[in-house]
Amino acid sequence: MSASAPLLQLTDVTIRFGGLTAVSSVTADVREGELAGLIGPNGAGKTTLFNLITGVYQPTEGRIDFASAGTAGRRPFHLTGLGIARTFQNIRLFPSLSVAENVRVAFHRHLRHGVWHSLLRGRSFVAEETELAARALELLGIFNLERLRDAPARSLSYGDQRRLEIVRALATQPRLLLLDEPAAGMNPSEKDELMRLIRFVRDRFGLAVLLVEHDMKVVMGICERIHVLEYGRKIAEGSPAEVRADPRVIAAYLGD
Amino acid sequence: MAFPKAQRWLLAALLLSGGASALSGSIDPYFLDVVMGVGVGIVLASSLNLINGFTGQFSLGHAGFMAVGAYTSAMLSTVVAPRTGLGPVALQWVFFPASLVAGGAVAALAGLAVGAPSLRLKGDYLAIVTLGFGEIIRVVLQNVDAVGGARGLTGVPAHTNLLWTFGTASLTVYTVWALLESTRGRGFLAVADDEVAAEAMGLDTTRYKITAFGIGSFFAGVAGGLYAHLKGYLNPGGFSFDKSIEIVVMVILGGMGRHAGVVFAAILLTLLPEGLRELGSRSIPNPFGGPAWSLDWIKDARMILYSLLLILLMLLRPEGLFHRRPSRMPSS
Repeated sequence: MSASAPLLQLTDVTIRFGGLTAVSSVTADVREGELAGLIGPNGAGKTTLFNLITGVYQPTEGRIDFASAGTAGRRPFHLTGLGIARTFQNIRLFPSLSVAENVRVAFHRHLRHGVWHSLLRGRSFVAEETELAARALELLGIFNLERLRDAPARSLSYGDQRRLEIVRALATQPRLLLLDEPAAGMNPSEKDELMRLIRFVRDRFGLAVLLVEHDMKVVMGICERIHVLEYGRKIAEGSPAEVRADPRVIAAYLGD
Repeated sequence: MAFPKAQRWLLAALLLSGGASALSGSIDPYFLDVVMGVGVGIVLASSLNLINGFTGQFSLGHAGFMAVGAYTSAMLSTVVAPRTGLGPVALQWVFFPASLVAGGAVAALAGLAVGAPSLRLKGDYLAIVTLGFGEIIRVVLQNVDAVGGARGLTGVPAHTNLLWTFGTASLTVYTVWALLESTRGRGFLAVADDEVAAEAMGLDTTRYKITAFGIGSFFAGVAGGLYAHLKGYLNPGGFSFDKSIEIVVMVILGGMGRHAGVVFAAILLTLLPEGLRELGSRSIPNPFGGPAWSLDWIKDARMILYSLLLILLMLLRPEGLFHRRPSRMPSS
């Protein structure tokens, strides 16, 4: 991978739902290993952009490239296989599965064994299952969730559910992690902890992070570069200091 | 999640079925018929549990897939078998299992044919499509003279014995269990829980659903073959919507997505009508003297009692008889 080509490149991406243009001609990029932020007032199109990047929606116009390959026509599971993982604004865990099983399901794309192996249950199948159980625990350990491994995911506290979603996304071994409002509903000390964790995860796994967040302390605190959306258009891009001083951004948030 | 002992259980169950089968000559034929009906019920309920319970796809067409398997294997036994020149032993121990597998395979193909285009549908919509499919199968069978039409298909040899029924039942339960008890298998539950999240975690949800439909229909087809060679006679009316509902009720009563619960529910619901029939032929002594009280009315009210029991169960235990209530904390 050349250093010049960004990991994720959006070029003039537009999506219309009937008469509504939710995202309009957005050009943006995320570099390898970068901590990038996406902000904007409510309804600016941030989550829609996430859904475009992950293949939930297909752009009406423009193109999205991940690792220098076009993503048009790819379904979400395929893009996850290529290295894009995400969390959801409204937590979407598998509520009936245990905490550890939520993580193990996300190993899916790396499984060596097929359906027949689970019927025959040979030695190498058991070995792989044991190895996956250990890896799930190891990942949960990073987020201090291993003590809850056998609890049903639905029984976790809100903050723990948010963190479990991040662990689950990491289990897919992504190169790009999309976090949709990871700090929502967290108290100040949990937010500090989250910021530390996001930095740690980026360094430990060497992945790029793009996060949507309303909490300015979190965004300004960890993002190296911020993209600002308003009414589906990109109005600014730059370092936290640049974005904070941008008159268009101030106008978007405070009104003219 | 991995249980190395699982295959030993399967082996024990197969041996037990074989042993019981060897002794079946000394068992009352009516009782034997009921017991084998239980075995067929277990195959049907466990296979539907994979689709409805674990994968969360509400299918109402299981009797249709059963019918496909039943007619396929019955036609093989009545039309093809006599021309092979095989002896009775070869027919029961080689040709019959092969015809069961063939019936299962054709049913699985039917499952894929229905599943592939309709799996974009969810909940009620999928239920209606599968219901429609089941009815189409029944109506087609009723109108094709080659398979007996509305008169039914007679003269199916009685190849089904305890080994074939309970061997198949053990294999079905084992297959569904083994499929689920693996990292890949947990994907079925993930698809049932949240399809969007499952896709985002790299799971091809369509493929999971089609796999569930294919395997579920396969075993429904095998169950149909067992049923055909148990009764010796097939009638399209036996594979109506009522039959599908009966299997769905087993799955719901057993607690959607519980392995053992659904097996117990299948046993219970197959025995219940027989038990009530038996009860109806008895009478209780009159404590005030005079003629004994006949319980003959139970014979007439059998289906009403059965329905009432189901209504009561659903009111008192909507999560199923054998479902442990998960500990739930108040969610925000």
